[in-house]
Amino acid sequence: MANILETRNLTMQFGGVTAVDNVDFKLERHELRCLIGPNGAGKSTFFKCLTGQLKPSAGHVFIENEETTGWDPHAVARLGIGIKTQVPSVMDGLSVRENIWLAAYRTHGRERARRFADDAIDRLSLGEIASATVGRLSHGERQRVELGIVISMEPWLILLDEPAAGMTGEEVARMAEIIGELNAEAAIIVVEHDMQFIRSIAKRVTVFNQGRILAEDDVDTVMNDPRVRDVYLGKKV
Amino acid sequence: MAGSEVRSALTVLVIAAILFIAAPAVIETYTLTVLIIYGMLALSLGLIWGFGGILCFGQAAFFGLGAYTYAIAAINIGESTVPFLLGIAIPFAFAFVLGAMLFYGRLSDVYLGVITLVVTLIFFKFMNSTAGPEYVIGNARLGGFNGIPGFQTLNVPGDPGTYIYDVDYYWFCVVAILIVYALVRWLLASPFGRIAVAIRENEGRAELMGYDVRIRKTVLFAVGGGIAGLSGTLFANWAEIVTPGMFSLAQSAEIIIWCIVGGLGTLIGPVIGAMVLAYLKFLLGQQDIVDNMMLLGLILTLSVLFLPRGIVPSIGLWVSKAMPKRRRKRQRVRRPRAAVEEVPGG
Amino acid sequence: MDLAGVIAIEIVYSIAMLVLISAGLAVVFGMMRVINLAHGEFMMMGGYATIVAVNVGINIYIAMLIVAPLVVGIIGLIVERLVIRFLYGRLIDTMLATWGLSLFFIGAATMIFGNTTTGISPPISGFAIGDYQVNGYNLFIIFIAAVILIVMYAALSLTRFGLIARGAMQRADMASALGYDPDRIYMLTFFAGSALSGLAGGILAPLVGLVPTTGATYIAKAFITVISGGASVIAGLASSATLFGLISQSFTFLFTPVVGEVALLVAAVVLLRLLPQGITGRFFKGGM
Repeated sequence: MANILETRNLTMQFGGVTAVDNVDFKLERHELRCLIGPNGAGKSTFFKCLTGQLKPSAGHVFIENEETTGWDPHAVARLGIGIKTQVPSVMDGLSVRENIWLAAYRTHGRERARRFADDAIDRLSLGEIASATVGRLSHGERQRVELGIVISMEPWLILLDEPAAGMTGEEVARMAEIIGELNAEAAIIVVEHDMQFIRSIAKRVTVFNQGRILAEDDVDTVMNDPRVRDVYLGKKV
Repeated sequence: MAGSEVRSALTVLVIAAILFIAAPAVIETYTLTVLIIYGMLALSLGLIWGFGGILCFGQAAFFGLGAYTYAIAAINIGESTVPFLLGIAIPFAFAFVLGAMLFYGRLSDVYLGVITLVVTLIFFKFMNSTAGPEYVIGNARLGGFNGIPGFQTLNVPGDPGTYIYDVDYYWFCVVAILIVYALVRWLLASPFGRIAVAIRENEGRAELMGYDVRIRKTVLFAVGGGIAGLSGTLFANWAEIVTPGMFSLAQSAEIIIWCIVGGLGTLIGPVIGAMVLAYLKFLLGQQDIVDNMMLLGLILTLSVLFLPRGIVPSIGLWVSKAMPKRRRKRQRVRRPRAAVEEVPGG
Repeated sequence: MDLAGVIAIEIVYSIAMLVLISAGLAVVFGMMRVINLAHGEFMMMGGYATIVAVNVGINIYIAMLIVAPLVVGIIGLIVERLVIRFLYGRLIDTMLATWGLSLFFIGAATMIFGNTTTGISPPISGFAIGDYQVNGYNLFIIFIAAVILIVMYAALSLTRFGLIARGAMQRADMASALGYDPDRIYMLTFFAGSALSGLAGGILAPLVGLVPTTGATYIAKAFITVISGGASVIAGLASSATLFGLISQSFTFLFTPVVGEVALLVAAVVLLRLLPQGITGRFFKGGM
């Protein structure tokens, strides 16, 4: 299978709410996919089922042909998956460098951790604030720190939940560049709302709505789909 | 270990050593010894709580377990070396098993607190009820409410006739706490320690980095239990009796109070909190005017309201504010130590 | 047959006791998410208030049912204004501050009343069922516990204040947007919870020899009962009290009271391992 990620009948229920409803999803090696859909469509929940942060109510997750349904997050992370969450999940009380070093240490070991951490800091232009306490940084900076954490682990599957949120135009352009660079090494799924951003990076787009996949095609086809237009209530491109 | 870490640890050790050498001139060694023991006990909780984010309401359980293990083993063996080691090993092992149960069960902080509280209560109730002659381990009667007296106290290894007691025992405890402090500082500076702090900061993200937080918390918890067990063993040798009171709710409460008042951001905070409060309690016990419990309760409540970070970090804060600006900046860059914003685990 | 009746009464009594000693803590925890570790001392002060009132000549029922709750309710009010108010949302800090208060109250009570045991005798004597002696006062306690549950339910679901209080508990900002002052609501809720603790202490005064440290014997059980009950005030209290009362009394009958106590504690540990959110965290979700 060329698919590095596949879900079958993936379902996640919370009490009476079905956040993810019977989702069959496939992702190929080195693919860059965008996930769009209105708020509450289930995109973040879907991500959490993939990383092991949530145990699915039903269905299966396969990563590189290995079934990882219900695995603990640390086990999934060790396979080589990285996630940047919707709200940056970082160690606020520690410095930027420490945050990234911790991720690099786990993946690469003592000898090489420093080098990979420095590399990630450079790539994301975090050098100036490397010693700053993360809790004091701006939202955009914290997102970059989280991204630094992710890339220092050298994952081959990266999940990015709203990487451009709260960023300046300049930062967004840089983010698109970085995602392009990362795509050379890893498959990426990006959740985003900014249509311009999506157009600049994506080829295929999956549309989520109410926990189900509404449409899946290349960017233009999806954006012209009337069902998608309806669901988005006139999001102009 | 980073240069600044080594320097700061050495500074503390040197100052502590000096103070311990000078102290007997002011306070008698018998009292100082128990203050040191309490300091070590507070350190054990300060480690798992301040740095690991694990709120244990029943640290007294390991304290008492260490003491009872020592006493029972000493009665049965008659020489102190093996019992001493058991007094550390058994609490460590018990804490490991208990920790595994708690952390693999992924319980939240509050429930963790409740269960550790319950464990110490179970010990207390059980030990209190073991008065009859049928409650015996080897040659040692558990003694119920009265506890276990009359066991072999610390002797020079291999020579049961030569005891280490009185002023010699004071120095023994001084060395013990300095070694424990040094080892724990080393642990905290090591990757294990740094990861433990990261887990406290954001357990979810630590897991997403690939760390198995459950085993790590279990090990840290066990280390805390072992240190508490050591302090219990030292206490047994100091008091020459072990009683169920060591498992009591009051004892667990005191340990937490020491940590809060001393401050959880550093390792010495709890130690200082313990030594100051225990000494205060000792002094207050000598007088009759104000009830000492009332005063301690007042201190705790006022501490929580006005010094939420505790004595040591607050002093550190005031000192750093008083320093000229230039030096302050240099300090900040040199110490990327984790700051404790709120009471950890809350 | 008589034995069965007596055992049944003892089990219900055991449940009622847990309800009684936990009600005040449950109100404050369930409604405000505050864990008041001075709850045991509130009970103790309710006990002393009752004894003092009786010694001054007040009828024992009035002392237990009116004086004690009132006195302790007012003390609770003061505590809320001076301490608790500043610590909302800080769960661990409130626990520690109230722990400090508990020590404070024990010390203060020791200074005022001394360390010797005081007490009053129960106003209801025992009677016989067949060959067995039943304590009449136990039945009174069962009655009171039932009344407490009923009144709590009525107050929370049928009165306007109850509705507002429940609303404020869920969303304080919405409550204030609607014109209700969450500050006052918390204050009154804490008053109610403290009064319940005082009531419990008053009712228990004839049963135990009262010393300043009496509260400590109750706090652990009350704490465990409330946490195991979970978020819902009444359903949680009723269910965990029933479960633990049953288990503890059964083991007491089969073995000894000490085993009964330990069984209760072990049951709590097992329960929390299986249902980390307490009983009503899993069942009766969102209910009262």
